[in-house]
Amino acid sequence: MTAAPVEDTTTGDASTAPAGAVREHVDRSWWDRYGDATVIWSSRLLLLVVVLVLWQVAAGRWVDDTFISRPTDIVARLGDWWRDGTLADNTWITVQEIVLGFVIGAAAGALGGYVLGAARQVYRVLDPFIMALYSIPKVALAPLFIVWIGIGMDMKVLLAAVTVFFLVFLNTAAAVREVDRGLVDAVRLMGGGRREIATKVILPASMAGFLTGLKVSVPYALIGAVIGELVASNRGLGYLINDSAAQFDTAGVFAALVVLSVIAGVLNLLVGLLDKRVNRWKPLD
Amino acid sequence: MSTLLSTDGLTKRFVKKDSATVALRDFHLEVEEGTFVSVLGRSGCGKSTMLNLLAGLTTPSAGEVRYQGRVLRGPQTDIGYLTQSDTLMPWRDVQRNVEMPMELQGTPAKERTEAARDLIDRVGLAGFEHHYPRELSGGMRRRASLARMLAGRPSTLLMDEPFGALDAQLRHELQVELLRLWSGSEQTVVFVTHDIEEAVLLGDRVVVLGGLGRVIVDRRVDLPRPRNADDLQVDPEYVSIHRELAAALKGAAS
Repeated sequence: MTAAPVEDTTTGDASTAPAGAVREHVDRSWWDRYGDATVIWSSRLLLLVVVLVLWQVAAGRWVDDTFISRPTDIVARLGDWWRDGTLADNTWITVQEIVLGFVIGAAAGALGGYVLGAARQVYRVLDPFIMALYSIPKVALAPLFIVWIGIGMDMKVLLAAVTVFFLVFLNTAAAVREVDRGLVDAVRLMGGGRREIATKVILPASMAGFLTGLKVSVPYALIGAVIGELVASNRGLGYLINDSAAQFDTAGVFAALVVLSVIAGVLNLLVGLLDKRVNRWKPLD
Repeated sequence: MSTLLSTDGLTKRFVKKDSATVALRDFHLEVEEGTFVSVLGRSGCGKSTMLNLLAGLTTPSAGEVRYQGRVLRGPQTDIGYLTQSDTLMPWRDVQRNVEMPMELQGTPAKERTEAARDLIDRVGLAGFEHHYPRELSGGMRRRASLARMLAGRPSTLLMDEPFGALDAQLRHELQVELLRLWSGSEQTVVFVTHDIEEAVLLGDRVVVLGGLGRVIVDRRVDLPRPRNADDLQVDPEYVSIHRELAAALKGAAS
């Protein structure tokens, strides 16, 4: 990170005083820059390897491998699925559901949160209803959605979108409502009207809440899509899990779970990149 | 010199439930164009309320503020206001913060980049253009706020204890810089403070407020400029003014 700014307050005579602050160039070695990251990443890798080795050793020896399978079997199963196309087909279905649900839910949530957060009176009227809807377990909506739009992909997309919507909506609306009055007044003093306040203060201020909403809702998009598949489907990773479990094929269940965690990891990474890009200004803590 | 800013019967009440808190009652003040007026008062005497009204941020419960002969109805770009707390946009770096008033006034991008750079230079923040407010110290944030206010080219500056949160040394440094920026600019300044030395060092005139914005003392300060805080300490004229104001402030409490 950046070096802490240094304030120069030693100069007494202000007419010749320098800037009041100075910046210096600092030489840092490769280890100074990347040492921390290297340690963290190698530790993560080590932990993963240790867990996998323990698992492999334990399976069949200390624990019945019908229950926990073993890493090599899981890799072999992924290989089989890769070759016969099962993996690509089902993963693609689930990824589409997750991404579509995530995007639709996030867009609706951001828009709703931004507009309703600014309309204080309306928000106060709607608040208890929104909280009631938010508190409904989204799984309980699945049967209703099936009645409405059938058991196709749309149902899973809707389930994921509804879950994501509330999380993004609530976080964005909270950020909009908590905008610092001082910043709004500052724009008014510069001659800004409602439009400038909305675009130059409320919009950027709400970004932090919006991104928090995005971050926390990534796993919920997965949950929505997979639950939808578990409830009713004949394709997708949720279906693979259900199908494998029905045949006591734990290797198959774990293989599908591995793919799900990879998808979650990639999504989190993408949101993290966006977060870094937009929120450079955010306080560290 | 003509009267630029004046108030008449200015009253501000804050209503909460069944009762109203009166912050300012029947307040009169006239400010001549191009002068530096220090408003001195203890905390809670309605100083900030008065400035918010002068800036047009809040509407008076009774009475009016007149600016350039017209009743003030809302904030004006011609009036700059440096508030007690920092209101720099945390998502903009120093450069873009300072550009902001010009952005809202529709100044072309190239022109405002140059103007902002020049201002950042003048307040002593060169080299920190691309730092975000959280990366700056309190004093540097004040400098940036000052630059932003000046970027709107206001002819009147309202300041609400702008250096109150800084240590004595830094406060003194910024006072000197403020005088340097102000001298020759022909801007009118209303500077609110609770510090007697600051009020006398900066002002052409010191107004002491008692409770609810009652004017207790209103006197000219004819000390020659440029003034130096260290020399003033031993100036008999300064000492007598200081004594008078201190007594007035003490009297205001009882």
